[in-house]
Amino acid sequence: MNSIPSPTAIDADHLAGAPLVLARKVEKQFGTLKVLKGIDLAISTGEVLCIIGPSGSGKSTFLRCINQLERIDGGALFVSGERVGYHRVGNKLYELDDKAIARQRRSIGMVFQRFNLFPHLTALQNVIEGPVQVLKESKADARAHALSLLERVGLADKRDAYPSQLSGGQQQRVAIARSLAMRPELLLFDEPTSALDPELVAEVLRVMRGLAETGMTMVCVTHELGFARDVGHRVAFMDQGQIVEIGDPRSVLSDPKEVRTRAFISAVRH
Amino acid sequence: MNTEPEDIVIVPKRHYGRLIGAALVLVALGAIVQAFAVGQIEWPYVARFLTVPVILQALANTIIMAILAMILGLVLGVIFAVMRLSANPVLSSTALGYIWFFRAIPVLLQLLLWYNLALVFPTLGIPGLFAFKTVDVMTPFVAALLGLGIQQGAFTAEVVRAGLLSVDQGQYEAAQTLGMTRLQLLYRIIMPQAMRVIVPPVGNEFIGMVKLTSLASVVQFSELLYTAQSIYYANSRVIELLIVAAFWYLIVVTILSLIQGRIEAYYARGVAVSARR
Repeated sequence: MNSIPSPTAIDADHLAGAPLVLARKVEKQFGTLKVLKGIDLAISTGEVLCIIGPSGSGKSTFLRCINQLERIDGGALFVSGERVGYHRVGNKLYELDDKAIARQRRSIGMVFQRFNLFPHLTALQNVIEGPVQVLKESKADARAHALSLLERVGLADKRDAYPSQLSGGQQQRVAIARSLAMRPELLLFDEPTSALDPELVAEVLRVMRGLAETGMTMVCVTHELGFARDVGHRVAFMDQGQIVEIGDPRSVLSDPKEVRTRAFISAVRH
Repeated sequence: MNTEPEDIVIVPKRHYGRLIGAALVLVALGAIVQAFAVGQIEWPYVARFLTVPVILQALANTIIMAILAMILGLVLGVIFAVMRLSANPVLSSTALGYIWFFRAIPVLLQLLLWYNLALVFPTLGIPGLFAFKTVDVMTPFVAALLGLGIQQGAFTAEVVRAGLLSVDQGQYEAAQTLGMTRLQLLYRIIMPQAMRVIVPPVGNEFIGMVKLTSLASVVQFSELLYTAQSIYYANSRVIELLIVAAFWYLIVVTILSLIQGRIEAYYARGVAVSARR
């Protein structure tokens, strides 16, 4: 979909005309374990990319690298044309400070497997927390926006409920509203339905599908192959820290080229 | 055998053991009340000294000292708890050393050490800039505040650390993802949740602190016990004045227990909603 610039072209901290997310030979290791072994990927604005793969394949780690919950050890990662996590001078990469990292994260929303709603705040307070504290929006503006978002995820009547009073599916929908409140350019989903009871999966997928239709750029790590096929513009299959196969959902899911992809998909189906 | 329902009567079990136990307890309580009533206590003296100005002033000193020492303990506790969790080995081992040292030495001994600091350092200050004579600075008030507050910090640090560790890692990640800075995250997200774990033991420690202030009598700080003693040295009404002091400790601790319950309920919101039902 996008041509990936050659290594010589990414000396700078800013890339003009780059895709929304650009990964170039991204590496990550925990101790001696290499979790990401050179990920090359470009995601353009408005695209929905679904990442599938066995557990331990590095798909969640890659997602977490994009918003710096993990720091990359090699290669380069750009979001909105800006180098993530580092400032480059000559041949040296300087780690960014706390404030700069916080600023880079603002435009990236993330939805977690375990929702991670703030338990001491109501649904409405969860949604306005970021805009008021981080974007310094007025309480009234943030509240109006939050109410419209809760309406959009179908939870306007639950605005005063605490997370402990909500079902898993409702909590996840509040979590989606919370990340939308920051008006992100990019939304990351880390197995958003894996912790849900089967009957609650559909309500969350419905909200995600609605978001995709509005043109939100989304990267979804998921085990929902049906969702990947119907909503994804592209599907990437990851295994052992590498992208094994990427392309049109129908061809990757129905007619995979690689043996490992084929084995994974038939294992998940059965 | 007739099994018709209307003919069946349930006969409650008699708890003879409980009845006998209760009777014995009542007798014992009566004996205690009787003993105090006929004992050599001049109750009118107790009533008279309960509200004399020196005692009320001493009560105020006790409360003020407990509050200030607890504030010092909390501030130090938070600082050393955060240091203890730091990845920097100098910071974390310094915190560990502080906790080890001030938890190990008896409070009474610490108070005496602070009060007698002048024997080690006759003057305090920065050489060339300013200097004070230690005896002028280390008043009973200052010695008591430092002794009580610093040892409290060592205990509070462990409580705060437990509170911080009780908050799920996912909370840090969710707050970071919103673009919060380290301080915002601690203040807005982590501390309010840690407080649920921190408040009950800190409430207990505050109640303990009210009573610990009585140790400051050894450094001549005019708190309740010291003042009661000063009075009975003069008029020999030992028991009456000790009862006066005990009465006021009871009142203060009772009020604090009520306040503690309120604060716990506040920080339990959200998390305990389902548990409260």
